[in-house]
Amino acid sequence: MIDGPPDSGLSSTEALSAFLRRRTEQIAQRWADLPLFQAVFTVTRDEAVEACQAVLSCLVEVAESGRLEDLEAPGFLPARRQLVAMTASRSRSGLSIAQVDREFGVLRDAVLDMLAADSSGAAPEESARLRLLLVTLFGTLRVVVVETMLQENQEIVQRQRQQLLEMATPVVKLWDRLVAVPLIGMLDSARSQVVMENLLEAIVEHNADIAILDITGVPTVDSLVAQHLMKTVASARLMGAECVISGIRPAIAQTMVQLGLDLGHVTTRATLADALEWALERRRRRERDSRIPE
Amino acid sequence: MIPERERVELVHLPIREDTDLTVIRHQVRSLARLAGFGLVQQTKLVTAASELARNTLLHGGGGEAEIRVLDGPDGPGLRVVFTDSGPGIPDVERALQDGFSTANGLGMGLGGSKRLVQEFRIENPPEGGARVTIASWSASFPARYGV
Repeated sequence: MIDGPPDSGLSSTEALSAFLRRRTEQIAQRWADLPLFQAVFTVTRDEAVEACQAVLSCLVEVAESGRLEDLEAPGFLPARRQLVAMTASRSRSGLSIAQVDREFGVLRDAVLDMLAADSSGAAPEESARLRLLLVTLFGTLRVVVVETMLQENQEIVQRQRQQLLEMATPVVKLWDRLVAVPLIGMLDSARSQVVMENLLEAIVEHNADIAILDITGVPTVDSLVAQHLMKTVASARLMGAECVISGIRPAIAQTMVQLGLDLGHVTTRATLADALEWALERRRRRERDSRIPE
Repeated sequence: MIPERERVELVHLPIREDTDLTVIRHQVRSLARLAGFGLVQQTKLVTAASELARNTLLHGGGGEAEIRVLDGPDGPGLRVVFTDSGPGIPDVERALQDGFSTANGLGMGLGGSKRLVQEFRIENPPEGGARVTIASWSASFPARYGV
C-alpha cells in the first residue's frame, strides 16, 4: 500500500475512507439525482438515497481494507446484491452492458468534484494521491458491476438452456392409449435423447399402442435428425407401440427425397389431424377384426 | 460454372460445437430468404449446409463456414464454403456414395448434399484439411432432379 506523507498521520487509504465517510450524506444526495439511481428507484427519492448510502458504505469498507484493486475484497460483497438488483433493472429497460457501465462511471465524477472542493487547502501531492486512489476504487467498482452483469447473463443462459430441454418435449395424451409428441426446434443429439426418453416413459404410463411424432415445428430434417427419428420409432416399436410421423411439409418432403432419406416402413402423414384419423381408423378396424371370430 | 460478380455480403462463422450448427442454419436460411429463394430452395440449401457443417465438426474436428451472397446472371445466389483442418477426404468418390459412413451415421450426408445444391465441390487443399463448397441460385430450377 502507498504510505501517506509523514506529516499527515493517516495513510492515503485511511484518508480516502475518512473522506468518503465524512461526505457520505452529500455524495448520496448527489448520486440520487443521477439518471442511474433515478431510473432504478422510481418510487421515492429516499429509496435512492438509501441505496446510494449502501453502495458508499461498501466503498468505505473496501477503502479501509486497503484492497482498492481487489475484486474479491470482502467490502464489495454486500454491494453485489445491491448491484445485481440495479443492473438487472437497467438491463430490463434495454440498456447494454456498456451503457450501464457508463452510468456507473458517472458516479465517480460527482465524488471527484467533492474531493477537489475538500482538499483545496491540502498539499497538492496529497490531494493528487487521494484522487488517484479514488479513481482506482471506482475503476474496480465498474469491473465488479460488469462482472456481476456477465454472471447474471451466464445464469440466464444456463436457465434457458435447461428450460428449452424440458419445454420442447411434452408428450400429450390424445386419446385412450394414444400419445403424441409435438416436436419443436432442431433435434440435436441432446434433445433427441430427451424426446426419446419422454416418449418411451409416456408409452408405459399411458399403456399406449400408438404414438404420433409431429415434426411440424422442426425447421430442418437432415440425415442426423432422420436417424434420431428412426431410432425413436424403433425403440417405441420394441415396446409395442406403433409410431406415425406427421407434419411433413412439402419443402421438407422434397428435400428428404433428394437427400436420399427413406423413413422405410414408418407410417407418415402430412398433418397431425391426418395422423389422428389414421390412428383412430386403425383402432376401429382392429376392434372390428377381433370381434368377427366370436 | 456460371460467372458471377461477388457482392460484399460475406459471413464467417465458426464451427466448434453443436450450437454453432444452429447459427449456421439460421444464417443460411435468412440470407437465402433475402436473396429471394423459394421455400423449397431454402430448405434444400439449409439442409445441405447442416449436413456439411456437421461433417466439418465430426470429421474435420471443427473449422469454419463462409457464406457469400452471389450475384448471378439470372439472379442472386448463395455460396457456402466449409473448411476444416482435419484429415481431409482421401477417397472423394467413395465418400460421395450413399451409405458410406465413417461416423456411424446414415452415410447420406455428402452424396445427399450434392443432390440438394447446384454447385458442389470437394477439395483437399495443399495446406491440409478439407474444403467443401456448395452454391445455389434463387432463379434457376434445380439442376439435378435425380433421387
